[in-house]
Amino acid sequence: MNAQEIGKVIPWALLLLAAAFVPVVFSPYWLSMATTMAMFVVLATSWALFSGPTHYISLATAAFFGVGTFVTGLGFQTLPFWMLPLIAAALGGILAALVGMVTLRLSGVYFVIFTLGLAELVRQLVTWVQNQTGQRGMYVLTSITERDIYWMLLGLAALVYLAGWLIGRSKLGFALRIIGNDETVARHVGIDTALAKVALFTIPGMAAAAVGAILAPRYIYIEPSTAFAPLLSFQVVIMALLGGTGRLWGPLAGVIPFTLLWEFITRQAPNQTLLLLGIVFLLIVYVLPGGFVGLWARIRRRFHQGGGA
Amino acid sequence: MFRRTLMTATAAMALAVAGLGAASAQETIRLGAAAPQSGPLAGGAAVTHWPAVRLWVQQTNAAGGLQLASGKALIELVEYDDQTNPQQAIQAAQRLATQDQVDFMVAPYSTGLNLAAAPIFAQLGYPQITGTAVTNQQPELAAQFPNMFFLLGRTGVMAEDTAKVLVDLREAGSIGNRVALVNVADAFGIEMAGISKAVLEGAGFEIVYQSSYPLGTQDLAPIIDGAKSAEADAFIAWSYPGDTFALTDQAIVQGFAPSVFFTAVATAFPAYAGRFGEQIEGVLGMGGVNADDPAFQAFSAAHTELAGQGPDFWASAATYATLEVLGQAIEAVGSADRAAVLAHLQDRANSYETILGPVDFNENNDNERYWTVGQWQNGVFRGVSARGRDGAVDVQLFDGWN
Repeated sequence: MNAQEIGKVIPWALLLLAAAFVPVVFSPYWLSMATTMAMFVVLATSWALFSGPTHYISLATAAFFGVGTFVTGLGFQTLPFWMLPLIAAALGGILAALVGMVTLRLSGVYFVIFTLGLAELVRQLVTWVQNQTGQRGMYVLTSITERDIYWMLLGLAALVYLAGWLIGRSKLGFALRIIGNDETVARHVGIDTALAKVALFTIPGMAAAAVGAILAPRYIYIEPSTAFAPLLSFQVVIMALLGGTGRLWGPLAGVIPFTLLWEFITRQAPNQTLLLLGIVFLLIVYVLPGGFVGLWARIRRRFHQGGGA
Repeated sequence: MFRRTLMTATAAMALAVAGLGAASAQETIRLGAAAPQSGPLAGGAAVTHWPAVRLWVQQTNAAGGLQLASGKALIELVEYDDQTNPQQAIQAAQRLATQDQVDFMVAPYSTGLNLAAAPIFAQLGYPQITGTAVTNQQPELAAQFPNMFFLLGRTGVMAEDTAKVLVDLREAGSIGNRVALVNVADAFGIEMAGISKAVLEGAGFEIVYQSSYPLGTQDLAPIIDGAKSAEADAFIAWSYPGDTFALTDQAIVQGFAPSVFFTAVATAFPAYAGRFGEQIEGVLGMGGVNADDPAFQAFSAAHTELAGQGPDFWASAATYATLEVLGQAIEAVGSADRAAVLAHLQDRANSYETILGPVDFNENNDNERYWTVGQWQNGVFRGVSARGRDGAVDVQLFDGWN
């Protein structure tokens, strides 16, 4: 790491530190908003780590998230809480690797459909197991407060950023950028494309499962229909694309305005939140193809051209 | 420049209006309500939850408001849609408490959403009197959330009483020993089927057919087919609204008419009678009310006038009763002081007069008087089994789809 890189990291570290003080400074209302934002930052950023360079749209977030909540639901009485996100991450990673090995040979719309179906598949599987064993809806009664949940999510976000930064510098990151640009070329220059994609796909799997495990105490009552709600997958995709996947900070730039807007719409026009989702999607497709990251790059380019002339 | 001036003027006006509002605000109590208006449970909430809440507010205001020590206070209702999403239910409760600064909150709709919102209610000191949460965890929940109160009953008791209806019928020599037991494969159905099976087998019944189906299954013909070919005397289905309708539909189509036909949630909905008319005479279901009680009849008439539809014969009245309890606690304290109202509710010596009859809470904040099983009799869903409530009528044998 050279001096220039350290200079780039410092502002982010300070931002993270500032974010850690949110529960102390702001009201519980803003804490609950911040918790939702932190959750989506982790989900969207880890999603973009895979989907950004490879251009594979994954709708599997809800599947991994649900697996995580069930890990906590089953384990919180017998295991110390700090182990649960780790176990969830391990399971999420394994699930992602399995799914990746099967599906990452598919591309385009086939992959999207499969990942969408995955959440439903896992949900039915969990329900089936519950039905066979007589296990039922689970009550996660703990002393964990929203503040604890927020800090855990913040820590997880730091890990995701670190992972993203390291991957960006590694051979794997370079390989993935080549795959995203032209997979045939990548294969011809000797990159094991399947392995690279599977390896990277485990990251959103692990992160989403860990988020689910951390958030389970907030839901208290865990049942398959809410734990595997497909809306979550779509929200993550929209937020990440709104921010832009070209940069590590892109999803963050999408999550914050989107969450605030969602909250505003919920207050002002309670039934119009799904409309918002649709409009933002149209906006991304027609106006902001690169998200806010793309917009920022365009503005900078124009500014530099203007300055040079 | 012009825009800035305009903004300043607008802001000043807003302040002035807000000031006016504050001057007259002392005579109102703000009541927050967040429940599904969209998402999977929106249909159920539109039948059971929203009309009951709005009716109580309208009737209370029509009577001049709640009697406080300082005079009468009108109720102002603030509504949000929680999108049937626990995440949004948490956020909505938080928003009502800290942004809208409501004095009290209506408990959410359904077991899951009530539990999701429970920590917020507890943390901010709001009483949470639930009319739509059915659970067996009252002791654990009351220990963790001492501000949470339960009016609708316990799952274990509901399953036991349903089984008991069969035991009584068999002892009277009306039915045989063969039971078909099916459930929707979700938390609720699995739990209820588990308890019923244990109780029925313990009572010497033979489960001749048992099956389950995933939530949202459209085609339930195989289930009815299986129960029919097993020649069951009694059919018990721990079902959710969609499948309650679908199972009934299929049973009619296939002419499956055992001596006891029981479906769970939504059997008590007016829409169930609306769909099947007189065919459902004798069908048993979850819940019930004392349909002959003048208090319920008056509620039903007012509900129909306000919402254009009658209440359901179970949780509608319980939802309305949660607000009666809250209102009486506020009046007893004589102010909108939340902590004092909560203390009043937590005092087990206090009791409340509601359309359900008297309500009081035990050491688990549970009102132990509730309806468990009901039956369609002459176009009305009457309670046939209850704990601590009067007016249960005798069970009739199901004599086929008329």
